[in-house]
Amino acid sequence: MVHMNRWVSIREKIVKNTLTVFALSSLLFLFLIFIFILIEGLPLFLKVGLKNIIFGFKWAPTKGYFGIFPMIISSFLVTFGALIIGAPLGLSCAIYLAEYSGKRLKMILKPALELLAGIPSVVYGFLGVIYIVPIVREYLGGSGFSLISTSIVLGIMILPTIISISFDSIMSVPRSYREGSYAMGATKWQTIFKVVLPAARSGILASFILGMGRAIGETMAVIMIAGNALKIPTNITDPLRTLTGNIALELAYATGDHRLGLFSTGIVLLIIIMALNYLANFGIKRRI
Amino acid sequence: MLKKIFIIFTTVALVFICSCGLKENRQGKKKHLITIAGSTSVMPFVEKLAEYFMLQKPNFIIDVQGGGSTAGIQACINNTVHLGMSSRKLKEGERLNEIVICYDGISIVVHPSNPINGLSMEQVRAIFSGKIKNWKELGWIDRRIDAITREEGSGTRGSFEELVMKNEEIDDSIMVQDSNGSVKEIVATDPYAIGYISLGLVDKRVKALTIDGVVPTVSSIKTGAYKITRPFLFLSNGEPDDYTSEFIDFVLSKQGQDLLRKEGLIGSYE
Repeated sequence: MVHMNRWVSIREKIVKNTLTVFALSSLLFLFLIFIFILIEGLPLFLKVGLKNIIFGFKWAPTKGYFGIFPMIISSFLVTFGALIIGAPLGLSCAIYLAEYSGKRLKMILKPALELLAGIPSVVYGFLGVIYIVPIVREYLGGSGFSLISTSIVLGIMILPTIISISFDSIMSVPRSYREGSYAMGATKWQTIFKVVLPAARSGILASFILGMGRAIGETMAVIMIAGNALKIPTNITDPLRTLTGNIALELAYATGDHRLGLFSTGIVLLIIIMALNYLANFGIKRRI
Repeated sequence: MLKKIFIIFTTVALVFICSCGLKENRQGKKKHLITIAGSTSVMPFVEKLAEYFMLQKPNFIIDVQGGGSTAGIQACINNTVHLGMSSRKLKEGERLNEIVICYDGISIVVHPSNPINGLSMEQVRAIFSGKIKNWKELGWIDRRIDAITREEGSGTRGSFEELVMKNEEIDDSIMVQDSNGSVKEIVATDPYAIGYISLGLVDKRVKALTIDGVVPTVSSIKTGAYKITRPFLFLSNGEPDDYTSEFIDFVLSKQGQDLLRKEGLIGSYE
């Protein structure tokens, strides 16, 4: 018996250690990606100068200009545009799901949302080009490949992220809060608006920030709809180019410094996304 | 149920093993591999040529890849491919052996419903340098021009900059697309768009404009009347080896050139 027990415990240990190695490997991948992007991108920062890249207005890598400032601005513009469209929609949906909907409707809505998250981005891009772009061109002017079209499509794409995290944080508000509010004579909407939402505030904020992370990192759909012009848009119907779009658009042809320039774009993007994730985690932690 | 799955699995495995074996047998005779990479404008035509060539000479395998003119030139310099493809002339410092396989015209295209039929070279330059922004300035309605260019590094863009823009730069407010196909797609769907694509790709969905009164056709390119033309090049680092030469000879032969002509390109001997 003792002998067998030892075997069992050794087996347990092997399983545990193997799983630890696999679990740590994801950390290793993250680390390697970071190192490789830095190794490829940093030399250009040293050569051209941080200021000329991040605050440079002109992107003409084959002529020696590597300014990505317009793309940084454009990336944030589409991201906020997506948030303006996605946040109210997503939050309302989450409130409805958590507070109003019956069990049966919830059983339909939840899987539908998961399906929405699973649709490949190229499909969103394709639908945007076929339907949203012509509508914008017809009614708002411009070519249709614009800030507004991109924001609409990204706004839909970030819905699942916003809804699922907001929903979880609303559901995690203790029942006693609601009961206390009802006991004071508050109506259902008053309870939601004055008690539940403030209590779930940090989780909802985190969902917005993670939605932003998703929007700023989206590539395929953006290239197809944004028009990719290098200028900072001055109008919602102007085309724009995001950081991700810049990398994907030019990677195929890039050699030498041009290629390094794209890696520098990648570094800036990585830093922005890491900052957003950090902010979101900060929000989630504060709730608990 | 389990038995069925087992049978299906074994059959698939057997077929797979057999086919692997067959392939090995077939490859018993040594095949000559030629790798070609470069311009995505040249690639579809070379793929077609390679298909024909491999049908005639089954002991050849020709691997054609894209990547763009600049990448093709770079790969050729580094000796990672047998042949490079380029749709622009070589720059100074890019010392390679050039073989002109054919010529291609770049046509300026608009939506078929656009009433404008022709522009001058200066007008095209003014549109793409951002000096003309409205169709009204060209005698049409009061509507912004949706001009589309290609991305930095593209061979088509390189030729366009050299032949049309001369010393002027393409304006930053102009839209950028990353292939001939997507430029054509936008021009075909947006009535106010203007772009430039390879002549071989022009069909009924877009309208090619006359430039300085000259219609872009095979004959006007041949006589030299249509100015926006570029060579399609094969590049090799030093003299190509015997097998690669065999393929080049096929491309330059009457049969190869006829194939290219059928695709709307202009043969190198004409």
